[in-house]
Amino acid sequence: MISRFSTMLCAVAATVVAALPAAAQDTVRIAYVDPLSGGGASIGEVGLKTFQYLADVTNAHGGIAGHKLEIAAYDNKMSAQETLVQVQKAIDSGIRYVTQGNGSSNAAAIEDFVAKYNDRNPGKEVLFFNYAAVDPILTNEKCSYWHFRWDANSDIKMTALTNYIKTRPNIKKVYLINQDYSFGQSVRKEARAMLNAKRPDIEIVGDEVHPLLKVTDFSPYIAKIKASGADSVITGNWGQDIALLIKAAADAGLQVDWYTYYAGGAGGPTAIKQANLPDRVFEIVEGLSNEPYAPAQEFEKAFRAKVGVTFSPPVSVFYPRAVNEVRMFVKAAEEAKSVEPTKVAAKLDGMKFTVYDGGEGFMRSDDHQFFQPMYIANLGPLGKNQPFDEENTGWGWKMTGKIDTQDTIVPTSCKMNRPS
Amino acid sequence: MLELVTISTLNGVLYGMLLFLMASGLTLIFSMMGVLNFAHASFYMLGAFFGYQISQIVGFWPAFIVAPVLVGGIGALVERYGLRHVHQHGPVAELLFTFGLAFVIEEVVQMIWGKGPADYRVPPSLDFSAFTAFSTNYPAYKMFELLTAIAIFAVLLAVLTRTRVGLIIQASLTHSHMVAMLGHNVPRVFMLVFGVGTGLAAVAGVIAGPALVTQSNMAGLLGPILFVIVVVGGLGSLAGAFLASLLIGLVQTFAVSVNLSVADVLGGLGIAPPAGGPLFDLWNVTVAQIAPIIPYLLLVLILIFRPTGLMGTREH
Amino acid sequence: MSDVASGVANVPARGVLPQPGAAAVARLIGPWLALAVAFAVLPAIVTSGSALTMLSMMGIMIVFALSYNMLLGETGLLSFGHAVYYGLGGFLAVHAMNTVIHDALPIPLPAVPLVGGFSGLLFGIIFGSVSTRRAGTAFAMISLGLGELVASSSLILRGFFGGEEGVSTNRTKLLHVFGLNFGPQIQVYYLIAGWCLLCMIAMYALTRTPFGRMCNAVRENPERAQFVGYNPQTIRFIAFSLAGLFAGIAGALTAINFELVNSSEVGAAQSGLVLLAAYIGGIGSFMGPVIGAVLVTWLEVMLSDVTDVWQLYFGLLFIGMVMFAPNGIAGLIMIHAPLWQARAYGPMLRLALAYLVALGPALVLLAGLILIIEMTYHLSVKATEGTTISVFHVTVEAMSVIPWVVAVILVAGGFWLFRMTWPVVGAAWHNAFAEARGAGRAK
Repeated sequence: MISRFSTMLCAVAATVVAALPAAAQDTVRIAYVDPLSGGGASIGEVGLKTFQYLADVTNAHGGIAGHKLEIAAYDNKMSAQETLVQVQKAIDSGIRYVTQGNGSSNAAAIEDFVAKYNDRNPGKEVLFFNYAAVDPILTNEKCSYWHFRWDANSDIKMTALTNYIKTRPNIKKVYLINQDYSFGQSVRKEARAMLNAKRPDIEIVGDEVHPLLKVTDFSPYIAKIKASGADSVITGNWGQDIALLIKAAADAGLQVDWYTYYAGGAGGPTAIKQANLPDRVFEIVEGLSNEPYAPAQEFEKAFRAKVGVTFSPPVSVFYPRAVNEVRMFVKAAEEAKSVEPTKVAAKLDGMKFTVYDGGEGFMRSDDHQFFQPMYIANLGPLGKNQPFDEENTGWGWKMTGKIDTQDTIVPTSCKMNRPS
Repeated sequence: MLELVTISTLNGVLYGMLLFLMASGLTLIFSMMGVLNFAHASFYMLGAFFGYQISQIVGFWPAFIVAPVLVGGIGALVERYGLRHVHQHGPVAELLFTFGLAFVIEEVVQMIWGKGPADYRVPPSLDFSAFTAFSTNYPAYKMFELLTAIAIFAVLLAVLTRTRVGLIIQASLTHSHMVAMLGHNVPRVFMLVFGVGTGLAAVAGVIAGPALVTQSNMAGLLGPILFVIVVVGGLGSLAGAFLASLLIGLVQTFAVSVNLSVADVLGGLGIAPPAGGPLFDLWNVTVAQIAPIIPYLLLVLILIFRPTGLMGTREH
Repeated sequence: MSDVASGVANVPARGVLPQPGAAAVARLIGPWLALAVAFAVLPAIVTSGSALTMLSMMGIMIVFALSYNMLLGETGLLSFGHAVYYGLGGFLAVHAMNTVIHDALPIPLPAVPLVGGFSGLLFGIIFGSVSTRRAGTAFAMISLGLGELVASSSLILRGFFGGEEGVSTNRTKLLHVFGLNFGPQIQVYYLIAGWCLLCMIAMYALTRTPFGRMCNAVRENPERAQFVGYNPQTIRFIAFSLAGLFAGIAGALTAINFELVNSSEVGAAQSGLVLLAAYIGGIGSFMGPVIGAVLVTWLEVMLSDVTDVWQLYFGLLFIGMVMFAPNGIAGLIMIHAPLWQARAYGPMLRLALAYLVALGPALVLLAGLILIIEMTYHLSVKATEGTTISVFHVTVEAMSVIPWVVAVILVAGGFWLFRMTWPVVGAAWHNAFAEARGAGRAK
């Protein structure tokens, strides 16, 4: 019948379009799989431009083991199933390296898929470079030899944060508020456990979870924080959940210190400046450019001039870990004298590296988690020799604490299946 | 205890009034035209962005007047050239048209203003603290929201029940043919109503923009709650929408302050929790955790037990 | 007249039912056989991994969209929360698979969709008992509310829904039958194709039963259905539960395909997608949702590669369909059914030619619109990236005047030419139908 014929016509058309040309042999391509449309696109775009900039810089310095480096963008629309479809498309067009960071659910999907794919297709292995998905599960229960994580996972960040809090006797009453999903739950669980171990004198006066990205009015939560008498708040909130939280705090005139994971995200510094909370909002980061380390400062300046200004408000180097990722990839390929994934993986396994901000880091063999020095930064008016502000607010991130690599180490339950 | 109740009541009323600002237009459109406008939250978003853009040029107060008029105009055009055409294909088609419209508006907003948040700020004239209750500041801007919502409610009610235009509108709702035969231009009445309804949504946007985050995904975040309010309040009743907004605002705010869980209640009765499995999560969930979900629970319950809503007049 | 006469003459002896002729049987199962062959042969044409994945997704979407049409097209129930049954079917299927793997039960993978079906039926009955008390807008709102409830509770009931990561499984670890471990995508494709065919036949058969007819009756005129003796509420309830059953099967198939189910499968976006697919395809005919499913899946996967503003095109397509073709693509095809039935091939060909003539200007108009949209997008959002863009593999400098002039000419000229072809198409249409009617009378 006519309609069934048209069905088949559609399918045939689809196959024609699906035939993609294979890539040139001398280019190494990394598939960047993150949201490029819809709600998460504003963050996805920043990551994409960052990686593209890093590829340009790498190519200007001779490429990767003699090959050109290219970033291929794939829009996963923030959906785990779509992520798998896009990764499949990337693999079909000959790509052997996938990088992703926004959303641990998508990262878990990729990690699972890559492990199964490599198992079922020996000789065609694919590597997964995770630059921002911080759920600890990815290097614990769900760990895989083919997955490498450059972002300190949320347990590491909490370890670093609580080690910093250990040195601050003025913190006495802590309030926890987090998003009710796996990441938020792990933040509050680890916060409780680690604070209890390192500073048993600190009283945890509140432990709140709220549904993810659904709350539009945080004033009731602010009221509870006020009522509890807390002097510090620890929160893993990101996106609009941190922006609205800070806004509500400013509205109500709440004066506490905020220890956050993601207050520096797009729109964050603007919200903090608007809320007029100088030097009260802290963030745990793996690199910051107002530290006097010349190579990082040069990189930051060049990055802002080329990429930062293409965004409004302008962005800074959000992802020092992406810089580490690409640089270590290049180093591994050069040591292995090959861009073959199995050889690169073998070199990355256990690699030691001088990170973006000076300081030594290493990729732990047991679970492929990268460990590096962490910094506690807070946002406020800049002093001299602090040239970088955020989003044209005039305020920037300044270091208030540094935690050495050795003090960020957490144990792992990973039982990795290594290829023979 | 008194502090908690007072603060929660104040916060609840303020939140509820913001919701009413948004839902008033939707109720108007639905009760007058029988069209459930899925794109209503998108017009709200348009209002916020137009307000932002205009306030960048001439300031907040002109934006407060101009933006809703512009958006209302767009709404009227949409009705005239889009919805009217689709009307003949039935209510499902109308619903789906507004559905597609929501998609398109969100994408156009993204195209023009980008995907990140816009720096839409509270105007300096309102950027102070109105009063302080129990050491919590209440900004004047929120009082402004409250006053605007009440004013709109009063004006709408007055127009609909006491003016000639309002009577014509009410009559067109149930007896459109008769009204047409009496010489009134019924299609134009509908266009006017749709325009005013979307204009009201835009007013909500202009006001809520600085308070919440002005971003291209704001429509999707608030859309479902609007429907809950309209349905719970009663399809066709403005007073019902007012009541429902207040109710939902208060319930959600109070729920956040309650840290009780099923475990606490049943534990008090001596019933032990299950060790694991799916029921374990349910047992330990607190009322505060599910606070933003309560409106949907309310929606389902109302639709089962009282489908016309709290004060509804339209039977569907 | 002559048919009746011959029929009377051919009345068989009492007690013996007239056997359907060979032609009738061929017409009945012919299309299904052809479809089965098409499903079987498709992978030979298409060999890349991602195309196979897309075909598998299409198969799943076909089942899902058809199950949705049982509600919307057949019974007139507009649901905004149908993905609940799809997603819950998927979750139960993954948990079942993990239990089978854990306890080494002798259950092969092809049997897993039964679990999905059972789950869909169960939740369809539970939620349907409250939803189907009302029809029309109230039903739509309840479905929306229920959908939001289930989607929101998915982050709270972490044990069942697996939290943010969802629940994953490994389809190769179940019992292997016929030496198949279902690791390669091609095996999964055939599994999905088989179940898809089965479900299609089942749902089609349902539309042919008296129950199916009563669903249509309830859709058209519930009061009259009551007069005939059927309770509309019961009919809706049964239809709802059955629709849930097939949606659950689709969910289980998606669990097998991706080896991962997470809370987005029960969400509003998924519900919206199946509504789109069914509507674009055409809710008035059985094959409509099939066409819609194929098209929407293809667009979903492919369009985002071509352009960043794919959501805009999607929305515009949807609005266009609602305004100009509310019966969907199938509806557009079905308008020509009388011609086909009258076997008026000559007129049909001439009509097709007229369409081709109209197609040219329409494509020109479309090209102009796309050019404008892409240039606007690049000027406003990506301005700082440089304003040179590539549309249809032609490099265009969005800042200069020429492309804009070209675009405006394309749009205006295309529209004008398009309008000019309308009389041609109208005349061809008129002639075709007149000839068809003439042929019918002559028969």
